[in-house]
Amino acid sequence: MKKVEGIIRPHLLESVKTALQEAGVVGMTVTEVKGFGRQKGQSESYRGTEYKVEFLPKLKVEVVVAEAILEAVVSAFLSSAKTGKFGDGKVFVSPLDDVIRIRTEERGESAI
Amino acid sequence: MSRHIRKFLSRVLLPASAVAVWLAAPTALAAQDAPTLESTAAAIELVQRHADFLWTLIAAILVFLMQAGFALIEAGMTRAKNAVNICMKNIMDLSMGSLAFWLVGFAIMFGPSGGWFGTSGFMLSDYATDQDPWLYVFWIFQTVFAATAATIVSGAMAERTKFSAYLMFTVFLTAFVYPVFGSWAWGSLYKGGGWLEGMGFIDFAGSTVVHSIGGWAALAGAVVIGPRLGRFTVDGKPRAMPGHNLVFATLGMFILWFGWFGFNAGSTTAATIDIALIAVNTNLSAAAGAVAAMVTAWTFLKKPDATMTINGALAGLVGITAGCATVSPGSSILIGLAAGVLVVFSVLFFDRVQIDDPVGAISVHGVCGAWGTLAAGLFNAGGVTLAIIGTQLIGIVAAFLWAFGTMFVFFKVLHMTFGIRVSPEEEMAGLDAFEHGNEAYGPDTFSSSAAGITA
Repeated sequence: MKKVEGIIRPHLLESVKTALQEAGVVGMTVTEVKGFGRQKGQSESYRGTEYKVEFLPKLKVEVVVAEAILEAVVSAFLSSAKTGKFGDGKVFVSPLDDVIRIRTEERGESAI
Repeated sequence: MSRHIRKFLSRVLLPASAVAVWLAAPTALAAQDAPTLESTAAAIELVQRHADFLWTLIAAILVFLMQAGFALIEAGMTRAKNAVNICMKNIMDLSMGSLAFWLVGFAIMFGPSGGWFGTSGFMLSDYATDQDPWLYVFWIFQTVFAATAATIVSGAMAERTKFSAYLMFTVFLTAFVYPVFGSWAWGSLYKGGGWLEGMGFIDFAGSTVVHSIGGWAALAGAVVIGPRLGRFTVDGKPRAMPGHNLVFATLGMFILWFGWFGFNAGSTTAATIDIALIAVNTNLSAAAGAVAAMVTAWTFLKKPDATMTINGALAGLVGITAGCATVSPGSSILIGLAAGVLVVFSVLFFDRVQIDDPVGAISVHGVCGAWGTLAAGLFNAGGVTLAIIGTQLIGIVAAFLWAFGTMFVFFKVLHMTFGIRVSPEEEMAGLDAFEHGNEAYGPDTFSSSAAGITA
């Protein structure tokens, strides 16, 4: 089992969700986050004083997947979240020790 | 009811009654006195009096709603962690202000006077002798004006003032500082009389009496309490502290503009045709102020800043308040344009001298109040003379010396004894939790975390 986290542009959530579902994902968790990489922030002004907004709003999409569909899921993230401009985001893949379904207390891949 | 009885009622009894009344009426009416010229004139006067009551009360209600406008604009231009505190200060400006003005303020402003302050009529005692309910309508109209002056200060001192200290200020202003100056300019509107109005001072609806008094009191407060933490860098450069809801600020502006029709046109305190010109002047000046401020910000600050535009509309409104009854519509536009430009530079000026005014109250009300008072002289439709302009200037200076002087001493003494500023920890965390134990936008709020992730 692997945990796949994608930091994506907020407005692409719908297409990323659809692509992930087509790749075999059944559930996901989404969080609102702020961050920056190489994308520059923007300059705003208020009553004549300029200030920089460096932390940009993004969404973090977390899914847990069986190894068998890992590549398909990563490809789904990449194809649906890419615009080609700075700020597209990143995908992180990490190993996962266990998954437990709270309702039935199943463990392992059957709990995904 | 049976068919027969119904037929009887509709076909016999009802028509017969109608005929009977029609025959009897002329005799019955002739039994009253025939109308005379005197009784007709008295009747017309009575209708006019009723209309005066009606108009003045409706105008007072419009001005009342300006309190909602102030609350929205101040909350919108400050940070969310202080929103409850802004609301509470506005609620108390109206509530404690009303009570203080009833208890003491109205008598000082409108009681019989030697030219400097009134001495009787406390707690509306005149009603006992005069039995004239005009006192009530006039009082309520004047109360909402006093509350307007008080609430101007809450914006300039936002985000760092102790609530208890603020309450003391609001009573002091509405019970004493505001009414004394008011008596100088408006006392004769009721039973008083002031030295300033005796000189021919023009301030129809209160550019100086209400707005400059409030604005200079705000200046005194902002100076004594100092800027918000982090507002200026060590080298004195301003740091932006954006407001948390510019939609609120805009709604606040619209509600103030709306209420201002009552503020200006209602100051006739009479249902006369003058209200038409006054309303037109009010709207044109506000519109010109908004456009001028937007263009000024766009030109000198590179963007058409919304908060500057909002300040511009209000500056236009304040600017026309003194002369709204005595200038032409064309002049109103010029007055508004000038106010819109002036307010932008005034805001930048106070930033430059490190006086922190979160909402621009000092610029909108103090500075543009002074401009409006001067403009009433410069654009006076009845003729512009040096004497008139001189009198306007005397009033402007007197208002500044009185309001800034008394409020500076008041705030300074209060600060040195009681302390008017919250602790730095409290200021950082926000006043809402410490001063009021409330959150404006608690965990239940319809915020972006609950609603924003939509797919």
